[in-house]
Amino acid sequence: MIVTERAVSVSVNGATYARTIPVRLLLSDFIRNELGLTGTHLGCEHGVCGCCTILLDGQAVRSCLMFAVQADGHELITVEGLAPAPGQLHPLQEAFRQEHALQCGYCTPGFLTTLIPFLESNRDPSELEIRQALSGNLCRCTGYQNIVKAVQRAAREMRTVEPGR
Amino acid sequence: MTTRWFGEPVRRNEDPRFLTGEGTYVDDIHPPGTLQAAVLRSPIAHANITKIDVCAARALEGVVAVWTWEDLGDVFRPSPMSVPHESLTHPKTQYPLARDKVNYVGEPIAFVVAHDRYIAEDACDVIEVDFEPLPAVVDLEAAVAPDAILVHDDVPGNVAATLTQQVGDPDRAFAEADHVFTARLYLERGAGQPMETRAVLAQWDELEHVLTVWDTTQAPLSIRNGLAVLLGLPENGVRVVAPDVGGGFGTKIMMFYAEEVLVPLAAYKLRRPVKWVEDRREHLIASNHERGQLHESAIALRADGTILGVRDTFLHDTGAYTPYGIVVPIVTSTQLPGPYRIPNYFSESRTVYTNKVPVSPYRGAGRPHGVFVMERLIDLAAREMGMDRAEIRFKNFIAPDEFPYDVGLTFQDGAPTRYDSGNYQAGLAKVLSHIDYEGFPAYQARMRDEGRFIGLGMASYVEGTGIGPYEGAHVRVDGTAQKVVVATCVGTQGQGHETSFAQIVADELGIRPDQVEITTGDSRSMNWGSGTYASRSAVVTGNAVGVSARAVRAKAATIAAELFEANPADIEFENERVFVNGSPEYGLPLWDVAIVANPIRYAYGSQAAKAIAMRKQRPGPPLPDGDDPGLEARKYFSPAQAAFASGNHAAIVEVDPETGIVTILRYVAVHDCGRVINPMIVEGQVHGGVAQGIGGSFYERMVYTPEGQPLSTTFMDYLIPTAMEIPSIEVDHIETPSPLNPLGIKGAGEAGVIPVPALMAQALEDALSPWKVRVTELPLNPGEIRALVRAGIDPEHVNA
Ligand code: FES
Ligand code: FES
Repeated sequence: MIVTERAVSVSVNGATYARTIPVRLLLSDFIRNELGLTGTHLGCEHGVCGCCTILLDGQAVRSCLMFAVQADGHELITVEGLAPAPGQLHPLQEAFRQEHALQCGYCTPGFLTTLIPFLESNRDPSELEIRQALSGNLCRCTGYQNIVKAVQRAAREMRTVEPGR
Repeated sequence: MTTRWFGEPVRRNEDPRFLTGEGTYVDDIHPPGTLQAAVLRSPIAHANITKIDVCAARALEGVVAVWTWEDLGDVFRPSPMSVPHESLTHPKTQYPLARDKVNYVGEPIAFVVAHDRYIAEDACDVIEVDFEPLPAVVDLEAAVAPDAILVHDDVPGNVAATLTQQVGDPDRAFAEADHVFTARLYLERGAGQPMETRAVLAQWDELEHVLTVWDTTQAPLSIRNGLAVLLGLPENGVRVVAPDVGGGFGTKIMMFYAEEVLVPLAAYKLRRPVKWVEDRREHLIASNHERGQLHESAIALRADGTILGVRDTFLHDTGAYTPYGIVVPIVTSTQLPGPYRIPNYFSESRTVYTNKVPVSPYRGAGRPHGVFVMERLIDLAAREMGMDRAEIRFKNFIAPDEFPYDVGLTFQDGAPTRYDSGNYQAGLAKVLSHIDYEGFPAYQARMRDEGRFIGLGMASYVEGTGIGPYEGAHVRVDGTAQKVVVATCVGTQGQGHETSFAQIVADELGIRPDQVEITTGDSRSMNWGSGTYASRSAVVTGNAVGVSARAVRAKAATIAAELFEANPADIEFENERVFVNGSPEYGLPLWDVAIVANPIRYAYGSQAAKAIAMRKQRPGPPLPDGDDPGLEARKYFSPAQAAFASGNHAAIVEVDPETGIVTILRYVAVHDCGRVINPMIVEGQVHGGVAQGIGGSFYERMVYTPEGQPLSTTFMDYLIPTAMEIPSIEVDHIETPSPLNPLGIKGAGEAGVIPVPALMAQALEDALSPWKVRVTELPLNPGEIRALVRAGIDPEHVNA
């Protein structure tokens, strides 16, 4: 018999969710519709735009290119899990605001989640490195330059916050 | 008025929610029990439908409804012709679902509602449609050829409209000219492609008898009014909300897209919430496109480079329908003259049906095409006459003392194309000094010595913005919550209205922008208005917000004057306080004045109670005749005509003749949108516009096969430029305030995109001048650029 449903258990932003779901359910739809975490957006559902990027075990991945069952047993972080506390912003989020790195905000969660592991692995990136890191995410509003500036500002801030690392 | 916030790069009120994933886009709203819809679309560009069989789809488990045209009842009628025009002799608008014929790939045929989207798509897969294919009309010139196949049987020659406009005596100008040059120019189809696709959710409220529709539209009130008529509901029985919207760029304004009818109808009939969210493939093949014009044009000049006249005839591809009338070709023809004095001008456009996605304005709305033609003609003349390309522009600019300047044409709003203010000389001079035009030849020569080919491009444009009819705003001081609440009904798609409008209010009332809460895009909060298009929201709604806030200020001043026995003219507003000029001790918080403004006997909070106690007893009723309770005002602003913004851009590009790859080394934009509310926001608008212009110059192209099959159906085919392709854009401003509105502003939303193809064409020719490359169409991809080089004539580089 064809299996159409399966039980999964996924940790998202520190909370564990156990659900029985259709095997064909995309991870992006699982996050948005089953868990109600609508900050993860869908811009193409074919892996190009990067809007749906989340962190899976710390790595930026496209949730539209995975089935939810493939996330079974993994740890996810979505844009809702980036700020240190409600009402506060992560330095990267604050830098986006200061540099006007978002207009409609639709692409923003995907940029933020892409950049978190990037800035962890490269604490003092050059402009070219930043642009390369951004090049898998599409933004239709900003022309990218303020996003580049925001990354530069965030890298600066994050270095002063944790200088020893 | 102490101006403190207007003109400042105030950080945006809307950002925190977007940054934390708390924005509310249509697909984020999910009432319990929401059903999901999918649309079956035509896979063929042109065909008769002989049979539609939905039995298998209806039988699928989880399917709630499957509709074809037969199920639509009274709603099966064409969309209204929202922008009629006397030249539009053969308009065609679309039915929500096709009946016996389809006219483009993507045209909706059936509508499925199911428990979830997966099932709805399963159902679409098993709907059987029999087609009798017809030859498709794809190419513009073939469409108007004498024996062309017809898109619509009753539209002879496939021509929806022929529009001519004329100024002066072009025939004479061309006869008397020393030089005449002609060009054939083409801009390919492209589209707005906001990152959020379109989406519609509707819910019928049985208690309130209201159908609420959440829609990504740029014009919620128009959709509200149209739906009320279509569904036979009273206007206040339909509420249309455009919540957070992920980009629009013109694509999201339509009256109607099929789903904007089908989803509300389904929710109303099924008494269940119904949602439809477009996927990217649908957006690429079935949401409106633009660009797509073929021009035959000519310029006549005196020997000294003075332009005597311009002639332009063009074909405008409207796709299978004319949902937006002929707005795009009108804008092309009226904005083509740009900043130049053109005493004799003839323009004729034919709006042509093809078996492709319908066309409606996309950012720039016809201007990039017109500017491409005008600037290409000037470049051609300069080259052939051996004139400097900057000099010929300066020579023909309208002078700063010639405003208001009447171009002699009728603009898209029916008013004359009369430029209100501007200083094109200053703009071009500024951009050329930023890019070091004088030093460029030496730089170019140095680079050539190194085997590198760089070129400079410049282009200028004028943009009519902020057209009427009007917009309104309701401004209310909420004394209890200690904030000012502002309602408008234009949609917002990232322009930062929650901040720029707040800045206007903050200045009037002496508070901070973050104390102002702006509602946009909710038909319940504003009954009258039009929408966000034509770079009009800041101008028209911004001024409505300004006059409403000023009325609130006047009322607060009157109340305070009475309390402190002073003259209203001596009342000042600062730091949330309302006080007598020079005597800050005679003052009250604005919030308390709001409470005093309501003549009831009780008040919340001790401060407010104290304030109320200050009120003197007056003879007569507590609310004097002609007075209203509360500190609020609702005012409208209606501009007499468009305010004309302008800009001058320049860029330096490098072209690799071996690969055809173009790298933009520098890009400078000097922009004049009158007084600037928030330079950070305006610069962001310019950045985004330029990026779209670069896309349209080199990357973005809607490709159709000769059979009318779209090939640009994913983001792997339709290339949105990334951070690797878009350079940093240097933006500078000049300010020629508009005399047409109290704030002196002009629109800025579309500006960035307009001159980009024109200047890229010039820069390419300049970089590749050894091969005498001529750019007559855009976009050009690397392969095409390389082909131009190979066809070039320089013997030294013939093998490149
Ligand atoms: S939605 Fe996943 S990459 Fe576009
Ligand atoms: S901010 Fe709108 S797509 Fe990036």
